[in-house]
Amino acid sequence: MEHIELFFKSIFIDNMVFATFLGMCSYLAVSKKVSTAVGLGAAVIFVLAVTVPLNWLLDQYILKEGALVWLDAKYGVDGAETLDLSFLSFIMFIATIATMVQLVEIIVEKFSPSLYNSLGIFLPLIAVNCAILGGSLFMQSREIPSLGLALTYGVGSGIGWFLAILAIAAIREKIRYSSVPPALRGLGITFIITGLMAIGFMSFGGMLTGGDEKKEEAPKVEAKADKKDLLKKEDAKEIVAENTKINK
Amino acid sequence: MGLLSKKDAALITDPLADNNPITIQVLGICSALAITAELKASIVMALSVMAVLAIGNVVISLMRNIIPSKIRIIVQLIVVAALVIIVDLVLKAFAYELSKTLSVFVGLIITNCIIMGRFEAFALANGPWRSFLDGIGNAAGYGLILIIVGFFRELLGSGTLLGFKVLGDPIEKTGLYAMGYENNGFMLLSPMALIVVGIIIWIQRSKNTSLIEEN
Repeated sequence: MEHIELFFKSIFIDNMVFATFLGMCSYLAVSKKVSTAVGLGAAVIFVLAVTVPLNWLLDQYILKEGALVWLDAKYGVDGAETLDLSFLSFIMFIATIATMVQLVEIIVEKFSPSLYNSLGIFLPLIAVNCAILGGSLFMQSREIPSLGLALTYGVGSGIGWFLAILAIAAIREKIRYSSVPPALRGLGITFIITGLMAIGFMSFGGMLTGGDEKKEEAPKVEAKADKKDLLKKEDAKEIVAENTKINK
Repeated sequence: MGLLSKKDAALITDPLADNNPITIQVLGICSALAITAELKASIVMALSVMAVLAIGNVVISLMRNIIPSKIRIIVQLIVVAALVIIVDLVLKAFAYELSKTLSVFVGLIITNCIIMGRFEAFALANGPWRSFLDGIGNAAGYGLILIIVGFFRELLGSGTLLGFKVLGDPIEKTGLYAMGYENNGFMLLSPMALIVVGIIIWIQRSKNTSLIEEN
């Protein structure tokens, strides 16, 4: 249930383009034709789905305050549990993203030349797409509790971005046949249409949270505490599951 | 200006209007829109970008002959990321409240297309002094739009500028509010940032018709 909620939330309510304006540069530059927009959108989904969980692991086991506690347990490093490396997160995240993009490019080129031909030119563009780094930074600041949810969040926000660029590309293809005031042509009208679309997307705001919050106002604190415990349990389960996988 | 030759001065003045990074080059829009609901945040964001872009341009320009061109993107990203971390720490130390408002958008300066764009287009081919001026100029052009958008959104949205109630008090009904004026809360919502930028582009291009695109 959690997964479904986060999935739809990241597609519609917290849509990368319409709610937080991430990835606007490539959104405006590559949305002249539907076919190229689809290529870039697919590449964004793919890279977000890879980098968000990866950066989640980095955040959880290296960067967070107290994340290095495993060093203490395993190797007896003193004071590891008080270390807070979160100021390094920008550089770690961007390095992960840049290398992952490069790696993905090499792998795709090797195993699927046809996919490379359609996606390849977009991959270098993606390293500097704000949506990718933004995905990781929002994952960190919203404290997404588990690896599975991080994956859901990555895929969801990728699909949200894909949806946005597909929509604007379709509109821009049609708008070529209408008489826009000369000074608004091109960039200006694209901005205003995006603004109108963003207003439309705001109506999704009440979809998941609006109704529930009012009902559960009183027992909220308890529920929160319960949730946290649950999440911790889930975390532990996942870690165990991962470990067993590694052992196998 | 005695200090700057005419050519150098153009590096600063061009990006302010006819070669503006946001309205003409279409770079750096990501962060420009999300934080402009308040004038103060816009100003701080503009100054941060200016610091990062000017220093980064100088660093890249000094290293331009020793960076292998194959890995230049990663080198550039690391340089920006290091500078942004410094800016982030400074903001957290001296303006904590504001750094909470800006949240992830300080970090997103790293992927601000203006910065990578200027590195690629200018700093890799020019000396440090000219790169520095280019950085200041482009960041100023970016900041100008940010401040204009922030000004209108804060003035029309909450009736304040930098937190001062310039239009009177909406609760005690003084100033303009006494005549039945109401704040337009819609201006504070994110879609309006896009529409305000769209209108700025419209005005700029109707004044300078050579900038008009063919669809």
